[in-house]
Amino acid sequence: MINLFDSAWTFIQEESHGTSHDEPAHGVAEHAAEAAHASGGLPQLDMATWPGQLFWLAVTFTVLFIFLWRMILPKIGMAIENRRDRIADDLDAAATLKLQSDESAAEYERLLTEARSKAHAMAMDNRTAVESEVAAEAADADEEIAKRQEAAEKRISEMRTAALANVRDIAIETTEAIVSELTGTKADSKAVAAAVDANGTGS
Amino acid sequence: MTFLLESETADAHGSGGGLDPMHQFLISPAFEGFEFPTVFGIDLTITNAAYYMIITTLVIILGLILMTGRGAMVPTRSQSIAELLYGFVADMIRGIMGEEGMKFFPYIFALFTFILVANLLGLLPGAYTFTSQIIVTFALAMISFTLVLITGFAKNGLGFLQLFAPKGLPFMMYFLIIPIEVISFISRPFSLAIRLFANMMAGHVLLKLFGGFVIMLSGLGLVGIVGAIMPLAVATAVTALELMVAFLQAYVFAVLTCIYLNDALHPSH
Repeated sequence: MINLFDSAWTFIQEESHGTSHDEPAHGVAEHAAEAAHASGGLPQLDMATWPGQLFWLAVTFTVLFIFLWRMILPKIGMAIENRRDRIADDLDAAATLKLQSDESAAEYERLLTEARSKAHAMAMDNRTAVESEVAAEAADADEEIAKRQEAAEKRISEMRTAALANVRDIAIETTEAIVSELTGTKADSKAVAAAVDANGTGS
Repeated sequence: MTFLLESETADAHGSGGGLDPMHQFLISPAFEGFEFPTVFGIDLTITNAAYYMIITTLVIILGLILMTGRGAMVPTRSQSIAELLYGFVADMIRGIMGEEGMKFFPYIFALFTFILVANLLGLLPGAYTFTSQIIVTFALAMISFTLVLITGFAKNGLGFLQLFAPKGLPFMMYFLIIPIEVISFISRPFSLAIRLFANMMAGHVLLKLFGGFVIMLSGLGLVGIVGAIMPLAVATAVTALELMVAFLQAYVFAVLTCIYLNDALHPSH
């Protein structure tokens, strides 16, 4: 290796004294081969090849840079960006929907409790209404019953009085009949009535 | 090494000319028989190096276009790879420079992929590795260095010079520190260029040497073939190592450019 770099050094010195600079039209190939074979040095240090390499490097690297800068990288970046946005949007939408569903669930719960309490209140109202109605009707019925009972009792007592009055007449008639049958004479009705009254006051 | 020169044995690397490990770095025309003009003293011949620069550029541009497709919402497999590469470089820049550094993203991405693909293509048998050319790596390093200078002065004006004078040192120390900082700053493009160039060259010399041993020994009959097993194993291992180096050197070049650009953005350490 040392040998190699030595020869490279001598090559550079030869080069700087410059045969090649005076004749640039010399073909790259012949020159390079000549130089490398003659000196055995690093072919990379053959300055005659440098301008051509720099030229092509400038051309290719510029083309590469412009294509990447203007066309390829924006496209890849856009694809990545779009995907990121899309995912973020989707997550947002999912969060919104979740919020909405939570709200709906809460609303549902609220409506349910409300309905339940309403139904309860309604049932309570109904019960009291029915109860009071029932009580009112019972009271009415009681009153009616009492009225009828009273009427019935009155009639019974009337009937009893009437019956009792009939009993006196029947007793008098019966007594008259018995007396007339027994004695064969017609009994004095006034005396019979007096006797009946005397014996059977009341029942 | 003299015994390796211009031997008659078949050539491992396809670039012609025996087993001289330096021969593979020779610049020669890629298309024999075509005459290219010389403009302003620049020979425009498409040499093997230029040829691989063009191939590298086409591979990256067409490759990424094909891989990206229409930029679908649900990425295909190849699109994922392209996006992975994008994310890798973007994360590297954000990690070193923060969001501010993303304005250099196209340049860093171009630099990284250019060097990476050039290194990887260079490992193919018969291919030319133009990143083993010091002038190419130096030119790339100078682009980065110039970008650092422009960014530094455009953003901070003369405040960029703070880079050479860290705050909070005893006054006398500045006589020592400033020259050191200036020298270290100026040596940056050289270290960038030489690191890449030397790594690629060393790897390819090793490959060529061990490949040459295999061919030479296997030409000696049965004993030679048995003896060639060892260098073949080494050549295989070095190939694997070179794959890693190819990636690593592209990464190092890009990362160091990012670090230097970060200095330009924030010169007061």
